[in-house]
Amino acid sequence: MRAAGGPDVAVGDVLLSVENVSLAFGGVKAVSDVSFDIRKGEIRAIIGPNGAGKTSMLNIINGFYHPQKGRITFKGQTRAKMRPHDAADGGIARTFQNVALFRGMTALDNIMAGRTLKMHSNFFWQLLRYGPAMREETEHRHRVEEIVDFLKIQEIRRVPVGRLPYGLQKRVELGRALAMEPDLLLLDEPMAGMNLEEKEDMSRFVLDVNDHYGTTIALIEHDMGVVMDLSDRVVVLDHGIKIADGTPGEVKSNQAVIDAYLGVAH
Amino acid sequence: MDLLYKIFVDPFLQMGAAPDLLVQTLWEGLVAGVLYSLIALGFVLIFKASGVFNFAQGIMVVFAALTLVGLHEHGVPAFVALALTIAVMFCLAFAVERLILRPLVNQPDIILFMATFGLTYFLIGFGELIFGGETKIMIADQLWLPRGAIELKMAGGFVSIQKIDIAAAIIASLMVAGLAIFFQRTRIGRALRAVADSHRAALSVGISLEQIWVIVWFAAGLVALTTGIMWGARSDVSFALDVIALKALPVLILGGLTSIPGAIVGGLIIGVGEKLGEFYWGPLMGSGIESWFAYVIALIFLLFRPQGLFGERIIERI
Repeated sequence: MRAAGGPDVAVGDVLLSVENVSLAFGGVKAVSDVSFDIRKGEIRAIIGPNGAGKTSMLNIINGFYHPQKGRITFKGQTRAKMRPHDAADGGIARTFQNVALFRGMTALDNIMAGRTLKMHSNFFWQLLRYGPAMREETEHRHRVEEIVDFLKIQEIRRVPVGRLPYGLQKRVELGRALAMEPDLLLLDEPMAGMNLEEKEDMSRFVLDVNDHYGTTIALIEHDMGVVMDLSDRVVVLDHGIKIADGTPGEVKSNQAVIDAYLGVAH
Repeated sequence: MDLLYKIFVDPFLQMGAAPDLLVQTLWEGLVAGVLYSLIALGFVLIFKASGVFNFAQGIMVVFAALTLVGLHEHGVPAFVALALTIAVMFCLAFAVERLILRPLVNQPDIILFMATFGLTYFLIGFGELIFGGETKIMIADQLWLPRGAIELKMAGGFVSIQKIDIAAAIIASLMVAGLAIFFQRTRIGRALRAVADSHRAALSVGISLEQIWVIVWFAAGLVALTTGIMWGARSDVSFALDVIALKALPVLILGGLTSIPGAIVGGLIIGVGEKLGEFYWGPLMGSGIESWFAYVIALIFLLFRPQGLFGERIIERI
């Protein structure tokens, strides 16, 4: 799909950098002394065997976990402790490994929820559905409909998401993240549990988001084919330690990576 | 045979023989039901948004009513006292979030449930300390609540309707309608439903859990205040009122813990069922039927709908 090193969007400055970050749960070290950066406009993959600390890494980036050591700089601002609310406000959106949607709400309402931080109208106007609130609601609905069209989920807009098949739930979840108009989109295994066709669709959406909106994407994925096709750069974790970082081609031929995935004779 | 006749035939014959009495009983049932609905509503609001079964809802009713009456006793004008009580309920919501929910976030539900027991006893002690333990009279007149009764000629007799009950029904309906619009139409309402469904997803789109928790506890506090005024106007304000929380349990079983319409319809069914049971079947088994009959009704419904009348269907992927 995309030749390594030749992205359509200009890959620019560092958007987010992680420096010497360590996170432990009691005695279990989830992430040890990891550093890497994500540049504007790129698709950055985080890969590694099970338990490598990939999801912990995403949780650190969007403020669910607070690392004991290290620094995270996002858009030039370094913060010791970032709360999920601040992360969302700063332009970090994410999806989850095992779909976290608002199950009782329709697909449309789910995506609309992604615009929570963008809506500012007065509470009483909203109650009355009149004046500025009505205009704002219409305007946001318009944006949401664009996303619905983009993800080709028009016909399931009004369906409570709990009833949708898994593949479509993942798509709605992506829609909700897109509704936040994020600068950095974190995708935790966007293709897990999908069949080949669904994976191809999802890969297409990820690339389109990156092209279309110029959104920087960091994704965790197990399907190596997908990772090699989609990403500009790959960071490899194993047992919480960074073992490789580079273009898909470089990473693929790295001996440490091969050992981590295939095991090594001791 | 005689017993079966008394249970299954005779009560209905009585209903047919004196329709005005039947209407009167139904009305009383509905009125009691409205209050049960309000109490259950307080539970549902908090359970939906924070997954906490708030045992303290009953005592919040007493606490709100006591604060209102107590302030008035100290010379504060009635409507100023009402405004101050609303402010107190907000402070309570804020304190609960800061001191109970936030430190216990991510703890198992049972821990939070136990914490609400602690809150219950704290509120009892605190309320007694400040306002004293004696029974008080609700300041219904000062709040412009009507008193007296209307006699309606219908169903071949007279039905007497308390004006305060009509007011209670109207205020409760307005309150429920307001909450429904709030939940369905506003950004905060959508955020509330989002939090009810998934905490981490709500966090990821930038919804602040702390803010939402304060809002639902405040909403539950307002519902408690309304319940306290209405209930207090019909009887007295005392700590004995907190047993009405137990009345909410069968309503919650019936209506489902997560459904606002369920709380309302459930409350009405329990209220009407209880009064009918007491009046027509009560004499068969001596008195005291009122205290357990609600649970029988709830159990019968549970046989057919285990998730409650409006509870969410549990669909598990396997």
